[in-house]
Amino acid sequence: MAGGRWPVSGRGAARPAGLSLLRFGVVRFPGSCDEVDALLACERVPSAEAQILWHGDADLHGVDAVVIPGGFSYGDYLRVGAIARFSPVMGAVQDFARDGGLVLGICNGFQVLCEAGLLPGALLPNVELRFLCRQVNVEVANADTPFTRDCEAGELLSIPVKHTTGRYYAPPGVLQSLDAHGQIVLTYAHDHNPNGSSNDIAGVCNEQGNVFGLMPHPEHAVDPLTGSTDGLKVFASLA
Amino acid sequence: MRARVLVRPKAGILDPQGVAVQRALPALGFEGVADVNVGRLIELDVEDPSQLEAMCEKLLVNPLIEDYSIQWPEADGRSQDAGPHAPRG
Repeated sequence: MAGGRWPVSGRGAARPAGLSLLRFGVVRFPGSCDEVDALLACERVPSAEAQILWHGDADLHGVDAVVIPGGFSYGDYLRVGAIARFSPVMGAVQDFARDGGLVLGICNGFQVLCEAGLLPGALLPNVELRFLCRQVNVEVANADTPFTRDCEAGELLSIPVKHTTGRYYAPPGVLQSLDAHGQIVLTYAHDHNPNGSSNDIAGVCNEQGNVFGLMPHPEHAVDPLTGSTDGLKVFASLA
Repeated sequence: MRARVLVRPKAGILDPQGVAVQRALPALGFEGVADVNVGRLIELDVEDPSQLEAMCEKLLVNPLIEDYSIQWPEADGRSQDAGPHAPRG
């Protein structure tokens, strides 16, 4: 992916270095459960601050990047992410993303972004139909995105997954297009695909590169106490 | 008017619930069962039946991964399938 795809104008534009803090906004839906970990992960980035954005508020309060966190928004009723995508805040996120704003969706957030049409594909129940909670290795397939630029291409990151509905699916033609445009950002390492995802896909971005969703939880891998700090690179890449 | 929307996994996409059910039935002595899919049933009263297809496309169904059909049980017992999303044969 060309570096020129980094947004240079609009509300989500890259800030001139050293001028101000990067302001993250982390969305809280009814049923979110990882928004505090995401908030704390954002705050570990030295040049960043973070705040919660309420799902019923259509105002993003001028944040520079939006995080849609993990959890069970609206109880996962109907389909995962299906109700959350119509919440007031998501209307604002749609406009923000269209203007080049940076949007990161983690687990349920990835599901919401797919349902909203901000990312291609969908997440289906794991092949083994079980809730999975384990540490996996993911490979950085594209290090030239705003979300992975602190990583090396081919680098392995140790990050946990915890989900029941994490099997990434897209029709064959879409998978080819994702590959051709560098939109496959993270893949599960060999023998680490936990859920039957197509082409071992763990995370994808949109064609413009400013919206990224992944099933693993980088916000749970930011402290040596829990075994890995690799997830911090995703948040630090944005600063 | 009362409507039923039958939602099923799209053809060609692995349906692990269907596979699990298909494997369970022979264990109970039921032979000769194939191609099992598990979907969901949505029942609703709608004032304007012409809006139901749009409701399906926008919220009730994800057309990327699901097919659906619509039934109107009160209309002379006849069922009506929604064009391109008619059930598989």
